[in-house]
Amino acid sequence: MASRHVVAAADEIPPGGRKIVTVRGRQIGVFNLGGEFFALINVCPHQGAKLCEGAIVSQLVSNGPGEYGLARPGEIIRCPWHCWEFDIRTGQSWCEPDDVKARSFNVTVEAGGTLAKGPFVAETLSVSVERQYVVVEM
Amino acid sequence: MSSTTLTALGGAIDCDIHPAVPNARALLPHMDEYWREHMLRRGLERENFDLSAYPVNAPINVRPDWKLEKGPPGSSLADMQAHVLEPMGTGLAICNVLHGAQAMMSEDLSAALCRGVNNWLAAEWLDRDPRLRASILVPQHSGELAAEEIERMAGDRRFVQVLMLAMAELPPGRRQLWPIYRAAEKHGLPIGLHAGSTFRHPPSAGGWGSTLMEDYVSYAQGFAAALNSLLAEGVFQKFPDLKVVLIESGVTWLPASMWRINKTWRGVRSEVPWLNKLPADIIRARVRLTAQPLDAPADSAGLGMVLEQLGSEDMLLFASDYPHWQYDGADAVPAGIPAGMLQKMMVENARATYPRLKAA
Repeated sequence: MASRHVVAAADEIPPGGRKIVTVRGRQIGVFNLGGEFFALINVCPHQGAKLCEGAIVSQLVSNGPGEYGLARPGEIIRCPWHCWEFDIRTGQSWCEPDDVKARSFNVTVEAGGTLAKGPFVAETLSVSVERQYVVVEM
Repeated sequence: MSSTTLTALGGAIDCDIHPAVPNARALLPHMDEYWREHMLRRGLERENFDLSAYPVNAPINVRPDWKLEKGPPGSSLADMQAHVLEPMGTGLAICNVLHGAQAMMSEDLSAALCRGVNNWLAAEWLDRDPRLRASILVPQHSGELAAEEIERMAGDRRFVQVLMLAMAELPPGRRQLWPIYRAAEKHGLPIGLHAGSTFRHPPSAGGWGSTLMEDYVSYAQGFAAALNSLLAEGVFQKFPDLKVVLIESGVTWLPASMWRINKTWRGVRSEVPWLNKLPADIIRARVRLTAQPLDAPADSAGLGMVLEQLGSEDMLLFASDYPHWQYDGADAVPAGIPAGMLQKMMVENARATYPRLKAA
């Protein structure tokens, strides 16, 4: 059964920011996209590089040869090794979305007061009732 | 010839035969007045305009039993009928004339000679055997003049393809050449890229070789480069109905090339954001290859693996490559092609590739 892990105070990860955390021995990248939080495993499905430490980029869009455009700025993570791109929201690779995916985790933001009622695991954080916290389900 | 092969051949569509212009004099009656006199003023009618990719005495140029008493191999319709159309029971055959018309330095002379060859082909070959179809020769160094020639010839529906040499002044995907693809797509004509070069650059990417052997082996890399160019420049996106047929390219280089394109594309696709799916999938959907020559491993199990790596039964087209000598004996169908693929290769794939053959 999935357990819930408090991995960061919400204000530690500003919009556009990320934090690499360790949950049950696994490294997870937690991203803030304009106030929404997402989490991916920090392992590229291609050859195991630290995916979540790659460049955060935009989606490339084109209506045809010679037309260059960007969409969804800051929502794509590019693996530092071979530049494969993954959607931070879903973990899907851009090139083969149905076959190549980075594992993603449910993330919620919860008030310290709620968390105090449990059950949750706060491995490295002490939780205070006044603050908001990022909770990863694993 | 095995009985399987004979059954497979009956009514087959031969996607690559080579009628030869016997000499430049034969073109004069089919040329515009100005250019006819121009040829005579310069004495060009005494030239034969062979492409140097096919040296006259190279063994590959003609199967020994297909040599003619008079004239260059492939220059006689009666002999072609006796050598290949009758014994193979050919249903339809696509004539690809290999001629220096496409390689001239002058775009205008190139256009004039291509018009001459196309007119000659219609009058001397297509009018005389209802099984024959043909490719339109175009002055491929000029996108505009080539498109004009396509427009001029497209009304004759026996012309089913546009013929270009795989290596020329520009990689074929470059935008200057897009008028060719626009016109071809408009008229339902695939682009046939034939082995060969206009020799504006070495056939080998490493520089000029010393031997025909080096040149000939390098042609496969020339095809790989041509295909990369068409993909990267976005020709398949810009012209969504266009198909490309690689003629005499060999086959077995393609799977490795597809893996390499896919792998590289994943990492550098910000250069080509219009390539919105795996390049190998684009190739499987839009690129076809004639199956002669088939540069296959010696055992049929090995061939089976290579064909499986192609990942499609739709890609190979039967070709005798008459009168070129690419195989021994009478068997133009390479051994070891799986039955299902073979059946599609003989007729169905050609009909699906060439819209103008559908109703034929």
